[in-house]
Amino acid sequence: MALLEIKNLHAAVEGEEILRGINLSVDRGEVHAVMGPNGSGKSTLSKVLAGHDGYEVTGGQVLYDGKDLLDMEAEDRARLGVFLGFQYPVEIPGVANTYFLKAALNAIRKHRGEDELDAVAFLKRIRERASLVNMDENLLKRAVNEGFSGGEKKRNEIFQMAVLEPQLAILDETDSGLDIDALRIVAQGVNAMRDPDRAFLLITHYQRLLDHIEPDYVHVLVNGRIRQSGGKELAEELERSGYALFEENAA
Amino acid sequence: MSASSKTIEEITGKRGYEYGFVTDIEQEWAPPGLNEDTVRFISAKKDEPEWLLEWRLEALRGFMEMEHPNWAHVKYPPIDFQAISYYAAPKNQPKSLDEVDPKLLETYEKLGIPMHEQEVLAGVDTSDRKPEVAVDAVFDSVSVGTTYKDKLAEQGIIFCSMSEAVKEHPELVKQYLGTVVPRKDNYFAALNSAVFSDGSFVFIPKGVKCPMELSTYFRINAGHTGQFERTLIIAEEGASVSYLEGCTAPMRDENQLHAAVVELVALDDADIKYSTVQNWYPGDENGVGGIFNFVTKRGLCAGKRSRIAWTQVETGSAITWKYPSCVLKGDDSVGEFYSVAVTRGYQQADTGTKMIHMGKNTRSTIIAKGISAGHGEQSYRGLVRVAPTAKDARNYSQCDSMLIGDQCAAHTFPYIDAQHPGAQIEHEATTSRISEDQLFYCKQRGIGEEEAVSLIVNGFCRDVFKKLPMEFAVEAQKLLEVTLEDSVG
Repeated sequence: MALLEIKNLHAAVEGEEILRGINLSVDRGEVHAVMGPNGSGKSTLSKVLAGHDGYEVTGGQVLYDGKDLLDMEAEDRARLGVFLGFQYPVEIPGVANTYFLKAALNAIRKHRGEDELDAVAFLKRIRERASLVNMDENLLKRAVNEGFSGGEKKRNEIFQMAVLEPQLAILDETDSGLDIDALRIVAQGVNAMRDPDRAFLLITHYQRLLDHIEPDYVHVLVNGRIRQSGGKELAEELERSGYALFEENAA
Repeated sequence: MSASSKTIEEITGKRGYEYGFVTDIEQEWAPPGLNEDTVRFISAKKDEPEWLLEWRLEALRGFMEMEHPNWAHVKYPPIDFQAISYYAAPKNQPKSLDEVDPKLLETYEKLGIPMHEQEVLAGVDTSDRKPEVAVDAVFDSVSVGTTYKDKLAEQGIIFCSMSEAVKEHPELVKQYLGTVVPRKDNYFAALNSAVFSDGSFVFIPKGVKCPMELSTYFRINAGHTGQFERTLIIAEEGASVSYLEGCTAPMRDENQLHAAVVELVALDDADIKYSTVQNWYPGDENGVGGIFNFVTKRGLCAGKRSRIAWTQVETGSAITWKYPSCVLKGDDSVGEFYSVAVTRGYQQADTGTKMIHMGKNTRSTIIAKGISAGHGEQSYRGLVRVAPTAKDARNYSQCDSMLIGDQCAAHTFPYIDAQHPGAQIEHEATTSRISEDQLFYCKQRGIGEEEAVSLIVNGFCRDVFKKLPMEFAVEAQKLLEVTLEDSVG
C-alpha cells in the first residue's frame, strides 16, 4: 500500500473550486515533484493535505498509511508524520526557535507513546540537524522566524523538518525567493533526509530545484488537475516548452 | 468564523479560577458603614497611637469631600460605601507562627504559599533546595503570620505587618507614611488612608542587600467586606530588595472592593524591585461578581542613582484601576514599569504608569503588554512628565496590545508633558491578533490549539516575564495558561 493515496480530490476556497479531481499515489522512499503555473492549485493541494481549515474539501478521498487523512485535525496529521514546509513561514514573536521545536517534538513523541526527550538529547539533536542546513546557532535562540531573511526562513523550515523526521514531507515552493547558494543548502538538507521510509512531495514552479534534488516522478498540475505524469525528463521538457502546452490541452 | 477562532473563544470565554474557595473560620467584624466611628473602631482594634488616629480621621474628612473619579475607561454601578464592612479578622489572633490556626495554614497551603521556614540542618546539602522566600500572609484585614522575621532581623532588616510596625517602629512609620502617596492624593488613596488595616512593612538598612525574596500574599475571605491594605517599603542608601505580592479571593456574586496603597522610598544608590501577580476573582462568565481593584502604588526615587522597578502580571479582578508610578527625584535615578494585563469575560482594566522626571539625567522605561479576550476591555494609560529641572531626561515606552476574538477592545492613552527642551521621549505602540496563520503553523508542527495559544501569548509577554524573579516567572506563565485555556476538552 502506498504511503499517500489521493483519489479524485476536489477542494474549494470561498466557494471557488480550485482542485478538480486530483489522483496521486506516493510511496515510501519516493520523491515526487508537482509542478505547475501560478494559480494551478499547487499550494491549495499542500494546504489541504496538511489540514488548513480555510479550504473546503468538496469530494474525493485521501489515505495516509491506510487512514482517512481528511478526517484528522491538522495537529494529528503532523503527529502522524505529515510535515509541510511553508511557502511563507510565519513569525511567532517572543517564542524561541528551540522552545517551539521542543514543544512540537514532544507533542509528536507523546502521540507515539514515547517519553519526552531530555534537554541534553534534544540539544544534541538540534545541533546535529542545524549543521545539516548550515544553520547559524544564533537563529536557534531567536524567536521563530522573527526578523529572519527570506532565505533564513526557508532554511529554518528544512531544519525543522530535519528535527521532526516526518514520514511525508510536503515542501511548498521551498525554492522560491532563494539565491543559488541558499537553494543548494536547502537541496543538500533534503537529499540528506532522503530515506527508504520517507516520501517527499516537492511543490515547485521552476525546474531549477530539480537540478539539485532528483525526483523519481514529476507531475504537471494545471487548472486543478494533474495533466501529465512522468520521470524527471518531464521537468526538462517543461523547462523548454513551458506550461502553455498543457494549458492548451486543457482547453 | 473559522473553527479555530471558535476554539479560541471557548478557551478564553470560560473561567478557570482555581482559588475561589472560602475558608470557614470564626471572624470578627466591624459593623458596615463608613464614618468616624468606623475609623475609631479600626484604630482601637489595632491599639494605635493618637497621631495615627488623627491622621486617619483627616484622610476620612478629605475623602468625604472628594468626588468619585470618572475619568477611567471602565464602567461599574455606584459603590455603596456604607454597605461595606471595613474590618474583618480571624477571631483568634496568633502570637507566633506556631499558633496560627491550622485552617489558615491549610488555606495558604491550598494556595501554594509556603508558611513554614525551611529548617537548616547541620551537614545537610541544601544546594538543590528552592530558594528561601520570606512570606507575610494577610487574611482579610490582618496579617496572620510572617516568616523568616528573625533571620532577616540579624541583618537589621525589618519585615513585618504594618500593624506591628506601628507598634514596634513608630518613628519609621511616622517619618515615611504618606510621604509618597499623600493621604488625600486621590479618592481611593484617601479612603485607604482612613480605613487601612494591614499590609507589609519593609525596612532595609544602609548598605544591606536583602538575602531573600520578600513576599506578601493577600487573601480576601470574608463576604461584604473590602481589603484596604497599606504597604511601605524603605531602602536606605545602597540597600536593595526584591519584593513580590500575590492576591486571591473566593468566588462570590457580589463585587468586593480592594483599595490598597503602596509606597516605596529609595535613598541614594538603593534598588527596589516590586513585583505583583494579581489574581483576584474576576467574576463569572456573565460579568457577575469579582473584585474592584482600585490601587495607588507609587515609588519615590529620593536618592541619587536609585532605582525602582515595578513588574506586574494582572490576570484577575472584575475591574482594575492601577498605575504604579515612579517619582524620579534623585539625579541619575531610574524608573521601570513592566506590565502584562489580561482581560477576558467581562473584565475591565485601566492600567499603566506615571514616570515623573525631576532629577537630572533620570531615565525611565515602560513596557506594557495587554491581552484582551472575550468581552474584555483594556486601556493602557500612561503619563511621562519631564519637569523643568530634569536636564537630559530620557524615556522609552512600548505598549503592545493583543486581541483574541472580535468582542474585546484595547485602548491606549499616552500622555506626555515635557517641560525641558532636552527631554528625549520615545513611544511605540502596536496592536495585534493571534492570526489563523500562526495557529495553523503551530498545529502543522504537531502542537495542539490550546498549547499553541498559550505559546503565542507567552511569547508576546516574554519581555515582561523575564523581569520577574525566576520562580515567579514560571508561576506567571502557568497562571496565564490556566487563565486562558483551562476548560477546553
